[in-house]
Amino acid sequence: MNPNLNLWVIPILPLAGAAINGFLGKKSSRRAVTTIALFFSGAAFAWALWVAMRFSSLSLPYQEYLAHWIRAGSFSADFALYLDQLSLVMLLVVTGVGFLIHIYSVGYMWDDPSYYRFFSYLNLFMFFMLTLVLANNYLVMFIGWEGVGLASYLLIGFWFTKDSAASAGKKAFIVNRIGDFGFLIALFLLIKHFGSLNFDQVFQSIAPLGAETAGAGLLTAIGLLLMLGACGKSAQIPLYVWLPDAMEGPTPVSALIHAATMVTAGVYMVSRSHVIFDRAPIALTVVAIIGTLTAFFAATIGIAQTDIKKVLAYSTISQLGYMFMACGVGAFSAGIFHLMTHAFFKGLLFLGAGSVLHACGGEQDMRKMGGLKSFIPWTFLTMGIATLAIAGIPPLAGFWSKDEILWKAYQVSWVYWAIGVVTAFLTSFYMFRLLFMTFFGEYRGPSAGAHGSHGDAHGHGEPHESPMVMLAPLMILALLSLVGGFVGWDHHFEKFLAPVFGSVEAAEVASHGTELLLMGVSVALAFLGAWLAYVLYCARPELPQKIADSLGGLYQTVVHKYYIDELYGALFVKPLIEGSTRILWQDVDRKVIDAAVNDAGDGARHVSDEARHMQSGNIRSYAGWIAAGSAVVIAFMVWMGVR
Amino acid sequence: MIPSYVPLSYYLLLGGFLFACGVVGFLIKRNIITIFMSIELMLNGVNLSFVAFAAHWHALAGQVFVFFVMVVAAAEAAVGLAIIIAVYRTRETLNVDQVNLLKL
Repeated sequence: MNPNLNLWVIPILPLAGAAINGFLGKKSSRRAVTTIALFFSGAAFAWALWVAMRFSSLSLPYQEYLAHWIRAGSFSADFALYLDQLSLVMLLVVTGVGFLIHIYSVGYMWDDPSYYRFFSYLNLFMFFMLTLVLANNYLVMFIGWEGVGLASYLLIGFWFTKDSAASAGKKAFIVNRIGDFGFLIALFLLIKHFGSLNFDQVFQSIAPLGAETAGAGLLTAIGLLLMLGACGKSAQIPLYVWLPDAMEGPTPVSALIHAATMVTAGVYMVSRSHVIFDRAPIALTVVAIIGTLTAFFAATIGIAQTDIKKVLAYSTISQLGYMFMACGVGAFSAGIFHLMTHAFFKGLLFLGAGSVLHACGGEQDMRKMGGLKSFIPWTFLTMGIATLAIAGIPPLAGFWSKDEILWKAYQVSWVYWAIGVVTAFLTSFYMFRLLFMTFFGEYRGPSAGAHGSHGDAHGHGEPHESPMVMLAPLMILALLSLVGGFVGWDHHFEKFLAPVFGSVEAAEVASHGTELLLMGVSVALAFLGAWLAYVLYCARPELPQKIADSLGGLYQTVVHKYYIDELYGALFVKPLIEGSTRILWQDVDRKVIDAAVNDAGDGARHVSDEARHMQSGNIRSYAGWIAAGSAVVIAFMVWMGVR
Repeated sequence: MIPSYVPLSYYLLLGGFLFACGVVGFLIKRNIITIFMSIELMLNGVNLSFVAFAAHWHALAGQVFVFFVMVVAAAEAAVGLAIIIAVYRTRETLNVDQVNLLKL
């Protein structure tokens, strides 16, 4: 029998923090708000650690029943929590990285007038994310799923007075709706055919079913619909367009929600549903293709972006593509492994970018940075580590997880591997490009000494290092990015997750030598990308412009993100707005609904206009009406009587 | 053979006629006292049908009802006449068309 872990405390703690800060924060001091926010998120992390320490003594999966929710006939969905190896990994990543980002935000958001609101939202996000990963059925998971969407919307539009931020929030919300639609239909199908949304029950009833190899069936449909949901939340083709715009939010938000945790919810959900996907090879192939294409496609866009956060956003999309590629080739544990390491290094990159923005007074254009490494050495150091990690340079975290994915992908098809490895090259290139443009060369910002002597170095706007409260999370994450990959040493991570995803030693078709060779190729390409970035952006900074000019239209297409936003605008947004304006508003609403209401009102007025003549004010005419009415009633009754 | 009692329908017709006279008088007359008398006429038309039914069915309830109506009518006459006197003192008219304001 399992001891009671009181797992429910973990999500409730941040919710309490959100409520306290949300309701009382406005009148409290910044110090009080900070204490509340950090205490509750930190306590959640501590509780998660405590759970992790007792984890080995549990019989898994550990389930915790909290309360009834829906009981209708044979269907039931309760508030209940579920803990196994997979949710433990997610739990630690969410609370751990989340707590670090909370600390960082104290420094980053200190001067914001809505300081309390920010932390209230951030805690709220933690609550929903923890609900999502701890749910024991799809419906509770869906609450968390929608809740993180809400928190994401609130935080993207945090500076809502800025028009671009407000519309970015709306865009994220609306695009996510499309995905959620798919998710919801998948849930309906599950209810209809398996009568339950409970993970245990659903997977038990699916387990005896055979794989749908012959053709698409029910499981394929469910898998594809779930993947549609995951595409929305995790920003995959074709629903990725909201994530780059989401960079309008404060940078810690980008780090926490749009890099480390929320966008990985799709990967988590697909991995959690691996029983379904295992039996739906067509759906799995679609997942792999979407992931691979997204990884490559987003990486190419990332090359030409000049906004530091946009580069990271496309990089996030690309890395999420890797995770889906892993899921698609059946290597769920590799996907989760990459999810974890990605949370470390991408969270770090975003926080580092925030530190750079902090140093440069909010400037996001990398063309106006440069040479920052002497101004902000700690940020440079930590971001450098993260760049090495994401580029896949051994022995940092990204190398292990990415290599694992590529190796698994190769075993399924060399095409995935080839695209993946090219993407790895591109990743290395654009990340080192970011690093070189930001930290090397000459400072190109406003106080670069263009109109002053060298003694003028302390002018206003001089880039300055961030305070310790921001640097400490950077350092911890840098440490994790350095060593986090070693949990994958000798397939330890995979073995840890094996009870969830099935056995490890499935089919090692290719030899160990091939694995080493492939690893060598990807590492070589990573170095090549770094070298190319060095040549173009450090050694000969005039070259990129020349190359861009010679490429002409192709370069423009990439800079404009392949005109996907414009395409969606023309294909979906404009027809919708036009249709709503012309047909729904002008015709249906004004000519049918409004007209019906107005005509009803006018009609009533006309009738009463006539009827009011009865009310003359003359008492005897009233008496006459009464007499006439009585006469009519009596006549009617007499008529009824003689009939 | 001529029945030895007056049939019920005669009473009812007379009662209905009295009631109709009352209604018509109430509607067309302007003098408040005449209106008052018309009301009494209606009440008595109804009373007549009550007692006629009571006699016909050999039931006492109809006669008891008539006493009630008479008592109420007497009370109403007392209050009504007092109001009429008060109205005449302030307005110096008994024409209801000229007493069409609730305030003095």
